[in-house]
Amino acid sequence: MTNPSLPAYNFAYLDEQTKRMIRRAILKAIAVPGYQVPFASRDMPMPYGWGTGGVQVTASILGPDDVLKVIDQGADDTTNAVSIRAFFAKVADVATTTRTEDATIIQTRHRIPETPLAHGQIIVYQVPIPEPLRFLEPRETETRVMHALEEYGLVHVKLYEDIAQHGHIATTYAYPVKVEGRYVMDPSPIPKFDNPKMHHSPALQLFGAGREKRIYALPPFTDVVSLDFEDHPFTVQRFDCRCALCDAQDVYMDEVITDDRGGRMFVCSDTDHCETRRSEGCQGAGLPQHCTAKAGWEAAE
Amino acid sequence: MNSEPILSVRKLEKRYGNFIGCTDVSFDVWPGEVIAIVGESGSGKTTLLNCISTRLERSSGEIRYRLRDRRFPDLAELSEAELRFLMRTDWGFVHQNPADGLRMRVSAGANVGERLMAVGDRNYGEIRRRASDWLERVEIAASRIDDMPVSFSGGMRQRLQIARNLVTHPRLIFMDEPTGGLDVSVQARVLDLLRMLVSDLGLSVIIVTHDLGVARLLSQRIIVMKSGRIVEQGLTDRVMDDPSHPYTQLLVASILEN
Ligand SMILES: Nc1ncnc2c1ncn2[C@@H]1O[C@H](COP(=O)(O)OP(=O)(O)O)[C@@H](O)[C@H]1O
Ligand SMILES: [Mg+2]
Repeated sequence: MTNPSLPAYNFAYLDEQTKRMIRRAILKAIAVPGYQVPFASRDMPMPYGWGTGGVQVTASILGPDDVLKVIDQGADDTTNAVSIRAFFAKVADVATTTRTEDATIIQTRHRIPETPLAHGQIIVYQVPIPEPLRFLEPRETETRVMHALEEYGLVHVKLYEDIAQHGHIATTYAYPVKVEGRYVMDPSPIPKFDNPKMHHSPALQLFGAGREKRIYALPPFTDVVSLDFEDHPFTVQRFDCRCALCDAQDVYMDEVITDDRGGRMFVCSDTDHCETRRSEGCQGAGLPQHCTAKAGWEAAE
Repeated sequence: MNSEPILSVRKLEKRYGNFIGCTDVSFDVWPGEVIAIVGESGSGKTTLLNCISTRLERSSGEIRYRLRDRRFPDLAELSEAELRFLMRTDWGFVHQNPADGLRMRVSAGANVGERLMAVGDRNYGEIRRRASDWLERVEIAASRIDDMPVSFSGGMRQRLQIARNLVTHPRLIFMDEPTGGLDVSVQARVLDLLRMLVSDLGLSVIIVTHDLGVARLLSQRIIVMKSGRIVEQGLTDRVMDDPSHPYTQLLVASILEN
């Protein structure tokens, strides 16, 4: 307990008024799935780019009984994940975990866990650029009107350009989705491999952009459709190898350089998934290997 | 010619504060008709064009437009959504500077295909086929479809801008000095192309130009502006051959000298 003679630090860092303001933004975001709600983003004791939007959302929804998991690129042990986890352990004294199924709140940058999320869980995404139309229309006044009037042709212009330049839709992360048939949304820089996990997820999904001061949300069981063309349908990457550590397949893989002669292994990007499988006795070959991430259209050929 | 105007402007005025951009402007545009708005620099041509095309808010007056369902509302009665839909389907706008009307960071094909995608086309092959057809119609080799507009010459960019506007088969095109930024040698080709497309497609066009030669080549009717007011309007041939207002006489005389 804090010393009553000292200025009381507030649970989860933010003062209660700020949390109420952010919760109101979150409630509005849940009420209008995929719509970017502006909020008065606060300075956090970490630089932008370190997930200040996600941290503010997490701080505003966290209760003393919550169990928090923080991942960065799928891993619980990167500097970013460790420091955010330590931050909340300190300012909110909450329990933390690396186990997806034990967490009540998961804050993430760049991945959705392989273990399917369950009803009652909340996943909080750290978002650098919330505006999916930004790349072709830099004017905020114009993108706001485009969202209001459902003028989303530009998203397809980007996808068209991908196919024209690369022969297939080359966007592999931050792949745009349409939410409940209405708002087009940037799912944050997760690989498109994870896009299908957002669709009808039983978990509540919250997105926080700190620098850009936007919050948006997907309530449980929301329709989330990845945009595409009839003759170039959306597909996810497939890896034609198994995890060198746990032998998993059909998961998102990271490439690990094993020596200075170009040897490489492919392992689960989701470290918790990998460790859980190994603790259950699964074992990979542990050897350098060739592996290619194939776009779905290649895998299907 | 059809018996109903496609556009009707009445007592249009635009003020910039106390300064009059244009005033007391009234005229009709008939389907398939090309109207040129001429006058010296600063006479209010661009102001007028931008008010009619709703890119600029008018101060007073009426602007009625014939919708495809034949209703003839004042444009002020349409919602923002309806107006924007009109602008990207039924209307086109060709800017003097192609960079203002193109997306310079995507390919020629994406530039032409944008309006198709905006109205819901979702078949890549089909969008590409139509983009490629339109490139050829504006005399750009289909093999350039994946090239960026920055790699195009000024004349090609202008032709690309035209294709990008025409792909949805609009009925009314606004043009502001469409050949103004081009070398004289390039102008002729763009003008020929415009003349051909306008007659093939039966387009109605309002073209702003300070160049009476352009007006003579493209338009059937001409509106002469001076200090924000119409000083003379009539059939292009008549106005050019027998100008009645002293200002028009001066304008015509000045091109005969050149
Ligand atoms: N935004 C503006 N604010 C104030 N005056 C303007 C503005 N735009 C144009 N004008 C003035 O209105 C007059 C008509 O301009 P414009 O319509 O651009 O003429 P034109 O296209 O015939 O050269 C000019 O005197 C110009 O200086
Ligand atoms: Mg002008």
